[in-house]
Amino acid sequence: MVENRPWLNILTHAVLIIGVIVMAFPVYLAVIASTHGPGDFLRGVVPLLPGPHLLDNYGQMLSQGMSTSGAPPLTLMLVNSLIMAVVIAVAKIAISITSAYAIVYFRFPLRTAAFWVIFITLMLPVEVRIIPTFKVVADLGMLNSYAGLTIPLIASATATFLFRQFFLTVPDELMEAARVDGAGPLKFFRDILLPLSRTNMAALFVILFIYGWMQYLWPLLVTTDSKFYTVVMGIKRMAAYADADPQWNLVMAAVVLAMLPPVLVVIFMQRLFVKGLVETEK
Amino acid sequence: MQTKRTIFPNRWLPFALLAPQLAITLVFFIWPALQAAKSSFEREDPFGFKTTFIWFDNYAKLLADPMYLNSLWRTLIFSVLVTVIAMSVSLVLAVATNRLLRSGRIYTTLLVWPYAVAPVVAGILWWFMFNPSIGILSYVLGQLGVDWNHRVNQDQAMILVVLAASWKQISYNFLFFVAGLQSVPASLSEAAAIDGAGPFKRFWTIVVPLLSPTTFFLLIVNINYAMFDTFGVIDGTTGGGPAQSTNILVYKVYADGFLGLNIGSSAAQSVLLMLIVIVLTIVQFRFIERRVQY
Repeated sequence: MVENRPWLNILTHAVLIIGVIVMAFPVYLAVIASTHGPGDFLRGVVPLLPGPHLLDNYGQMLSQGMSTSGAPPLTLMLVNSLIMAVVIAVAKIAISITSAYAIVYFRFPLRTAAFWVIFITLMLPVEVRIIPTFKVVADLGMLNSYAGLTIPLIASATATFLFRQFFLTVPDELMEAARVDGAGPLKFFRDILLPLSRTNMAALFVILFIYGWMQYLWPLLVTTDSKFYTVVMGIKRMAAYADADPQWNLVMAAVVLAMLPPVLVVIFMQRLFVKGLVETEK
Repeated sequence: MQTKRTIFPNRWLPFALLAPQLAITLVFFIWPALQAAKSSFEREDPFGFKTTFIWFDNYAKLLADPMYLNSLWRTLIFSVLVTVIAMSVSLVLAVATNRLLRSGRIYTTLLVWPYAVAPVVAGILWWFMFNPSIGILSYVLGQLGVDWNHRVNQDQAMILVVLAASWKQISYNFLFFVAGLQSVPASLSEAAAIDGAGPFKRFWTIVVPLLSPTTFFLLIVNINYAMFDTFGVIDGTTGGGPAQSTNILVYKVYADGFLGLNIGSSAAQSVLLMLIVIVLTIVQFRFIERRVQY
């Protein structure tokens, strides 16, 4: 701040407080709604203060789910989401770091071609080639499996690019010294490059975990067996029923539970999250 | 393309290292994309026994179809509104945060978490608030004399999806604007202040020009987001309705191909969408790679 202007400071705080309220209000309402009994939604307007049914609602959702919507208990869906998010994050980091290593530290025929094949995935989000991708997965017999949920989402170039950029900044002397000491490429990778990339890997893990957790369209298509439902897609199913049979308290409990893990990751891993975000995007 | 000065001489190892990513990319990206391109030139008979090659018929039909043109128009309105709202609100919040030294971090934490909310969940939250029978916002609007029902009113449906999509994107833009603002050297502002420039003048003449690479980057990212990542927002709120008013392109690909089983048309739509993404990506790389490094 260059100079002291009290009225501008007040304005600044006012703007930010309004911003925080607007951003938080939808979630506040969801939390409040999830503490009420089903009857409280028949009267007309959604309540603005907490009710006494917090434990009942969450307990019921976690153990039984919403029976009318045919959705399984939330515990199962949360576990599925967790598996999906972790597998996507770990596998994506693993395949990108090795391919970035190959592209930066070796010279081989078709290197540029391989680079572009990977690069082009940046331009083809799942949403735009949804039907042929679904067909490939169906032909491979991967519908209703964790493999079908995760593998098609694993290959994308952002992580490869991040590691490529990072490897290019690693000083050449490190590798020359390793070679003089008789280290082969795999030893160099394991003992020097991997430890150096630890922060990048952690930052990327945070971003990719959230990415995997938020997936909606893909799980919607490849899972017809409720054993493999993820929580984000399961919620839509419940919301569709809540309009006819107003069990908003239960739907909102599910919404809160579906939001909680990734939001906590963002809040507690903020430093890594920001690092990962700013680096992957640029 | 850049490599290291010295490299490991090895024949087979690089291929082994690349193999997993290449295999997945070829099977789940390149192959389906080619299939989409191929079936966009074909017509399948209603029973799926026979496919005939029909050149550009699917495209010609699509571009003459008022429903598709409507969807294109709706996508344009939707993307422009989401981009403008999400970027302007986040810029205001970022500028405010950047003015504060100590409490800035607290506000940042309070503002970034919606990034982690899935689009469909964001859609459901806003749908809940605007629910015509119990929603709080539709109630407030009712008190003000506005009859809210996004199930029948097309404009209201559009407002609903725009608000939900923007709400989710603000936190993302906010982070990038804060990062951009922090890289504006304080000495410039101080020098201008000594010359007598007030805070608003300094903002327009110093901060805005220096922030332009970030703004341009976010512009592309936001257009991309509005066009492709908002599938969940649409599906969680309006499902493309009422009367096609929120049926944006990415939703229409899904609805026509998966619910309507019109494979040829859906594939042609996929290909057109891919072309749009490719153009956006090329624009992004050409301009950003050149201008971001100042």
